[in-house]
Amino acid sequence: MRNALLLARDCEANDSLAASVLETIHRNIDLACSRTRPICQDTGSVLFYVTAPSSFDRTAFKKLAGRCVTAATAKGWLRPNSVDPITGRNDGTNVGPGTPTFYFEDGPDPAITIKLMLKGGGCENVGAQYSLPDARLGADRNLDGCRKAVLDAVFQAQGKGCAPGVLGICIGGDRATGYEHSKIQFLRRLDDTKPDPTLRAFEEDILRSANALGIGPMGFGGKTTLLAAKACTLNRLPASYFVTVSYMCWAFRRQGVVLDQSGHITQWLYS
Amino acid sequence: MRTKPLQTPLSEERVRELRVGDRVVITGVVFTARDTVHKYLAAGGDLPGGVDLRGGVIYHCGPVAVRGNDGRWQIVAAGPTTSYREEPYQAEIIRKFGLRAVIGKGGMGGKTLEALKQHGCVYLHAVGGAAQVLAECVTAVQDVWFLDEFGAPEAMWKLAVADFPAVVTMDATGNSLHELVRASSQTELARALSGSP
Repeated sequence: MRNALLLARDCEANDSLAASVLETIHRNIDLACSRTRPICQDTGSVLFYVTAPSSFDRTAFKKLAGRCVTAATAKGWLRPNSVDPITGRNDGTNVGPGTPTFYFEDGPDPAITIKLMLKGGGCENVGAQYSLPDARLGADRNLDGCRKAVLDAVFQAQGKGCAPGVLGICIGGDRATGYEHSKIQFLRRLDDTKPDPTLRAFEEDILRSANALGIGPMGFGGKTTLLAAKACTLNRLPASYFVTVSYMCWAFRRQGVVLDQSGHITQWLYS
Repeated sequence: MRTKPLQTPLSEERVRELRVGDRVVITGVVFTARDTVHKYLAAGGDLPGGVDLRGGVIYHCGPVAVRGNDGRWQIVAAGPTTSYREEPYQAEIIRKFGLRAVIGKGGMGGKTLEALKQHGCVYLHAVGGAAQVLAECVTAVQDVWFLDEFGAPEAMWKLAVADFPAVVTMDATGNSLHELVRASSQTELARALSGSP
């Protein structure tokens, strides 16, 4: 991500607002690293993605993860972000109904993979789900219709999503799995490519077309609106055709580890 | 490009000179206010005793704050939040309390733009997500209100700042960088949608 941001800075005109935004972003990343402090004050939703053998004790993991989240909040690494929607109460622990969020998957391997993503509210708010056909966009139930929906989402997100960002796109699925899998795209490496040539071409086209909109870093105008687009498909119902877009801001906070059976870290997944 | 220093409290004259694209640094005092404080004030809620926002600056920010063993607060991360959510309330709050600047990210809408022009106020854009660069400019936490009622991110923090960097993206002459970029990107979007990849 950092390399992509560096490349982006070099693409923007000298002394432009876009270049100065990217310069500030770099200084900010350096400061956050050297001080072990949040890169952005909105430490966002805390999302755990766990792949483990079926014997893995999910309940114990959830309890332990909740305690860790509360401890990280007390240290100022996470902002207290878990708010009761009816009373407005924020008890400061970051643990409550739905927070943190867990996704578990059974894996054949005895090894356990745990990935953590922090996704801020600004970029979460600009996520969008389209039900095709969409008459406003002239978007039919095909890949060109998906393209129209996704570019509209980028247009609507301008200024609000903290560009330059990364898009996660799910074509198909239902309303819930569409968002779930659009977010799972953020677990892919930034430089990976889809083996399927149709999806690969779709991702490349979205990236190119979105950057041609000229929205730029922070929506100040410029060449870099997106750093990557990552897409997947899920089968749909005959009656439904959803295109779901999740937006990840430039802060793109994620980390993952592989644990052996005794719980020792054998691999870090994102450098 | 030259950076213009701004010292709070701001005069109407100083604010009306500023133009879209100007880079500024703010020194003095800013008050954080986000969703809950805006809704509260717009609904007729009173400012905390002793708070005067005339000539003042509101910062759309929910900081990460930690309290030391000595009971003093420290701001450890303090970037801007998306301003557009305050669009229903902002114009009235500018008018009622005599604000001269609003700091946030993403820009605001027509109602706020009109209020900037009418009352002599500017919208200053800080870099979204740049929580460390901006927290470095916070030299002291002078006070905090509504902490228990609204929670730490939604509380109103009075922050002393020095050389806090921002860009004027909506000025008091009715210009908005956000409207310009929106219009040009809309044209590009129409072009992209009419052609196939």
